[in-house]
Amino acid sequence: MSDIILEMKNITKTFPGVKALDNVNIKVQKGEIHALCGENGAGKSTLMKVLSGVYPFGTYDGDILFEGEVCQFKDINESEKKGIVIIHQELALIPELSISENIFLGNEQANKGIINWNNTITKASKLLAKVGLTDEPRTLAMDIGVGKQQLVEIAKALSKEVKLLILDEPTAALNEEDSENLLNLLLEFKKQGMTSIIISHKLNEIEYVADNVTVIRDGQSIETLSLAKGEVTEDRIIKGMVGRDLENRFPPREPQIGETIFEVKNWNVDDPLHAGRKLIKDANFHIKKGEIVGIAGLMGAGRTELAMSIFGKSYGKNITGQIIKDGKEIQINTIKDAIDHGLAYVTEDRKTYGLILIDDIKHNISLTSLEKISKNGFVDKNREILEAEDFRKKMNIRTPSINQKTGNLSGGNQQKVVLSKWILSEPDILILDEPTRGIDVGAKYEIYSVINDLAAQGKAVLVISSELPELLGLSDRIYALSEGRITGEVPREEANQETLMKYMTKTGGN
Amino acid sequence: MKLADIFKNNMRSYGMIVALMFIVLLFSILSDGILLRPLNVTNLILQNSYILVLAIGMVIVIIAGHIDLSVGSVCAFIGAIAAILMIDMQVPTALAVFLCLLLGALIGAWNGLFIAYLKMPSFIVTLAGMLLFRGLTMVVLGGQSKSPYPPEFRLISSGFIPDIPFLGLSSLHVLTLIVGAVLSLLVIFSELKERRTQLKHQFAVLPKGFFIAKLVAMVTVINVFTFVLASYRGIPNILVILFVLIVVFTFVMNKTVIGRHIYATGGNQKAAELSGVKTKRVTFWVFVNMGFLSAMAGLIYAARLNAATPRAGTMFELDAIAAAFIGGASMAGGVGTIVGAVVGGLVMGVMNNGMSLIGISIDWQQAIKGLVLLGAVGFDIYNRNKSK
Repeated sequence: MSDIILEMKNITKTFPGVKALDNVNIKVQKGEIHALCGENGAGKSTLMKVLSGVYPFGTYDGDILFEGEVCQFKDINESEKKGIVIIHQELALIPELSISENIFLGNEQANKGIINWNNTITKASKLLAKVGLTDEPRTLAMDIGVGKQQLVEIAKALSKEVKLLILDEPTAALNEEDSENLLNLLLEFKKQGMTSIIISHKLNEIEYVADNVTVIRDGQSIETLSLAKGEVTEDRIIKGMVGRDLENRFPPREPQIGETIFEVKNWNVDDPLHAGRKLIKDANFHIKKGEIVGIAGLMGAGRTELAMSIFGKSYGKNITGQIIKDGKEIQINTIKDAIDHGLAYVTEDRKTYGLILIDDIKHNISLTSLEKISKNGFVDKNREILEAEDFRKKMNIRTPSINQKTGNLSGGNQQKVVLSKWILSEPDILILDEPTRGIDVGAKYEIYSVINDLAAQGKAVLVISSELPELLGLSDRIYALSEGRITGEVPREEANQETLMKYMTKTGGN
Repeated sequence: MKLADIFKNNMRSYGMIVALMFIVLLFSILSDGILLRPLNVTNLILQNSYILVLAIGMVIVIIAGHIDLSVGSVCAFIGAIAAILMIDMQVPTALAVFLCLLLGALIGAWNGLFIAYLKMPSFIVTLAGMLLFRGLTMVVLGGQSKSPYPPEFRLISSGFIPDIPFLGLSSLHVLTLIVGAVLSLLVIFSELKERRTQLKHQFAVLPKGFFIAKLVAMVTVINVFTFVLASYRGIPNILVILFVLIVVFTFVMNKTVIGRHIYATGGNQKAAELSGVKTKRVTFWVFVNMGFLSAMAGLIYAARLNAATPRAGTMFELDAIAAAFIGGASMAGGVGTIVGAVVGGLVMGVMNNGMSLIGISIDWQQAIKGLVLLGAVGFDIYNRNKSK
């Protein structure tokens, strides 16, 4: 038997219309820490879901070899039986249950269905000791901090006699001390002979723990970098992660930039659930008329939180700072205030926050502008239909009728409806949060054209996106956000993926 | 528009009306025509008026994504307060009615405060309200009934619109017939106007033949109905109140900004909020409105019974909720119509009345009503899933 514990060969996974994984190959050696790197949406999580049986055998092409055997997992239980345990990005603990109950959830220490509590508590204490926790096993999960919760997750994995531990963004929610603690624990496990795969955006952490790094880009495995050859460095990883050519995926545009219209100064926002935990720290930025400004940041950097806290304080607590529009400071305390001051915010998640899916296109488009198209509180229904028809043609919304429910439209067409809604409200400043997420390439081009048109009309457009090529293709200027701080401001001429990625992964200190 | 499309698009909105017609036909055959006799039609209206008033308020609450279980108890409480004001304290009727409606709105505000601003689930807040106001009813009445109300108060539920005196030669109530004719003209006029604007904007309209058929059908139904009423004692006062409520609230829900905000709040509260809808305020006022209408229903019921009793209004909330759901409202919010709720209320009312006429016992009536609710909503959901 070789010292390769896991080999995934030519894994291809397609979702309707999208090839999420395209001939991915990865080899993991026994006893190493193997890192998986790539941009958001590159396919890392999909690959791990294939491995753990979340996507069962038969829904993908290719082979999985674990300890030399070909594996065909039908569900997550089968992969766990083999010793492959995955810890997902979102913590999966049940807050109302105790630590010990959480550790043995689904694997209760029971005899004929009756739980042996003594056994549960004793075993839980032993597992907790292994991950360096001294908390009483009967403490409720909600009463311990996020850092400790992550360790409980690991204890839970250990309870399943794990041979290969997969951690998806394990430190995303942790502060530096907790992160370091966790990484040291992984190194400790490595000494004891355990194999781990870690997915992380924090390249400094990968540099710290990883023996080998597999880079995935656009659903393809690009290369494997090895520590032995001195290849595991931040710069080298970034080079692998980006480096995709920008063809004509963006409509041409002649920027005509005017005066500064909107400015945010010393903006601070606390987490709505944990007062005192800062989501946004001293953010300063401005935007000019006719300008498209990008905001780059990794997941959890605080992009959406920044946008929503500005848009009528719709997210966060203890919000402080100044908002200046046209040279005058303005107060925005409610969403209505924001709209009245000419702000528009197109949400990241259009289905949950953007649209009323059970209602039709025309009602969705008119929702923010009802007062504009009504007299004395009575809605002018004919005007509503005319406006909606106008947008259907202008935005090329593909639908048999404006009476169609928005829930029946495709992602691209839904996004056009949301954009129509906000354009009808005639804003001066548009904040677009992931405007092309989950949209096919053709519709993306159309949405980019709309964004360019808006800028050409003298509106200021702020684009938040996880896709760096999109930001580079659209923006006149890009701010990078990391851990709630604006870590860099890059003009179009100097912007490239390497520079941005460097600012985006800048952690700690300033 | 193609014929098949017309049926498909309007199946949902007309489905319940067709069902109502079928039920009316069924029971008038089973009861040898008693169901549609002028006296019985008048009784049907009087018997169901307060449930219909509640159903109008309830469907709005349901569209906004909530539920109100307290309405039956509020009806009883308002009836009791009305009795204390009018019978014990001799307060003038008009003032007493005004105070009762105001109190109803305040009770709605009480519920709304907890639901909209403290974000408590409406089910729990109004369940508490159901117990609270039932208890208060018994406290203020001391467990006893109070009667009789002043005669002018009872006119709400037992009076009819006056006839034109010098024409009172025939056995028919002439003013009622005139109302029918005027309504017919109004319907024709507004439908034509609507069609003209739609054609002007080149919107899709019904084919001419269908449009005329629809007008003829509507005019026939209106005039047959008023003729039946005219051959007894004319239009009951309560029908005038109901008609006004239905027209006003249909208008509010369809054509005003506040109506659209209610639909949006129930359809997706988060999205509505992020579009600038003040969802808390909307929810609050929906409950104030429900309180006001509960008070109105309480007064109508008290006037009809001519007594305030501690057990008045028991189960009214469930009848009103059932009416809204039979009429096509969705448990998840955002869907429903005033007319639908009224038709739903009538379906149950006609079934109650019809089953009594053919001698089915009250126990069985209850059971059959339960099955009808289950069947109607099940059918609706089946259709919705199929159209996906």
